[in-house]
Amino acid sequence: MERNSHRQLANMKKSLFDQGYLDQEQFTQLEELQDEANPNFVEEVVTLYYRDSARLIQNIEQALAEKNPLDFTKLDNYMHQFKGSSCSIGAKKLKNECTQFREYCRTGNGEG
Amino acid sequence: MGVAAAESQFHVLAVDDSLIDRKLIERLLKTSSYQVTTVDSGSKALEFLGLQENDSNTPHETSVCPKIHQEVGVNLVITDYCMPGMTGYDLLKKIKESSSLKNIPVIIMSSENVPSRISRCLEGGAEEFFLKPVRLSDVSKLRPHLMRTKCCNQENEENKCWNQEKQVNIESSEIESQTAAQSNNKNKRKAIDEGISPDITRPRYNGHSLVSNHL
Repeated sequence: MERNSHRQLANMKKSLFDQGYLDQEQFTQLEELQDEANPNFVEEVVTLYYRDSARLIQNIEQALAEKNPLDFTKLDNYMHQFKGSSCSIGAKKLKNECTQFREYCRTGNGEG
Repeated sequence: MGVAAAESQFHVLAVDDSLIDRKLIERLLKTSSYQVTTVDSGSKALEFLGLQENDSNTPHETSVCPKIHQEVGVNLVITDYCMPGMTGYDLLKKIKESSSLKNIPVIIMSSENVPSRISRCLEGGAEEFFLKPVRLSDVSKLRPHLMRTKCCNQENEENKCWNQEKQVNIESSEIESQTAAQSNNKNKRKAIDEGISPDITRPRYNGHSLVSNHL
C-alpha cells in the first residue's frame, strides 16, 4: 500500500518538475532539510505557503478591484512578496508569472 | 558529530519579514547545528541585540541594553534586504555604527540580483551577500566568519574591560583565567583549520603568553 502511494507521489512530483511548475533543485533542497527530527518540514512549509499565498491573493484581488486608479506600487509590493515565497518553495511557474506581473506594474500596464 | 561540542554553539539571529523564508533559514541554520533566533523586522532585531532606536517611545529600556546583549551573545546576523520599515541595509548600518555590536558579522540576503545593491551592502560592512533562495551551500560559507569573530569577541571583550569600565576589572581577571584554559584547547583545533587573519593576532599581542603556542 505504502509503496503505491510513494510511487504515486514520485510520479506527481516528476510531472510537476517536467511541466515547469516546480523547480526540482529548490524543492529537493527543501526535502533534504527534512529528517527524522523534523519529519514534517516540507508539509509545514508548503502549508504556510498556501496560507500566505491565499492572503496575498486576496489582497491583490482587492487592490485590483480599486480600479481608478490602479495602485501599482501596492500591487508591486504584493507581487514582490509572492514572488519571494514562491521562489523559496520552488514554485517556478508562479514565480515567473509574478515577474511578468511586476513588469506590467512597472510599465503601468493595467490591461496586462 | 560532536567534534566542536566543547565550544558552545554559535547563535545566529535571522531577520526576515517573510514567514516562509524565516522558516527556511531557521531550518537551514539548525541543520548546520547553529542555535537560531528569528525575528520579523529590523527593529525587533535591534531590540534583541540590546540596542534601542534613539527616537523610540520607550526611553526606559535603553539603560538595560548592554546587559541584554552580553547575555544573549549573538555571533552572526543574517538579514533580508527588502523589509518594510527598516531595510536590511539600515539594520546593517545600525549594527556597524554601534560600538558594542559592530564586530558581529552581518550577512544580507535578497531575492533580487542588483549589483549596485550588493556592492553597497558589502561596502557598508556586510560580510557576504546571498541571493535567495538560500541553500545549504550558502550556509556553509558562514562558518569561517563565525570562527573568526568568536575568538575576536573574547579578546575584544577583555580589552574593553581594561580600557573602559574599571568596576569590571574584577570580573575580567576571572574571565581571563577561564579563557586561558579554554584557549589552550581551542589553539590546538585552530592550528588545523584556521586561515590566519591579522585581526586575530593583533589583540592577542596585548599580553597573552599563550599565543606563542598557537602561532
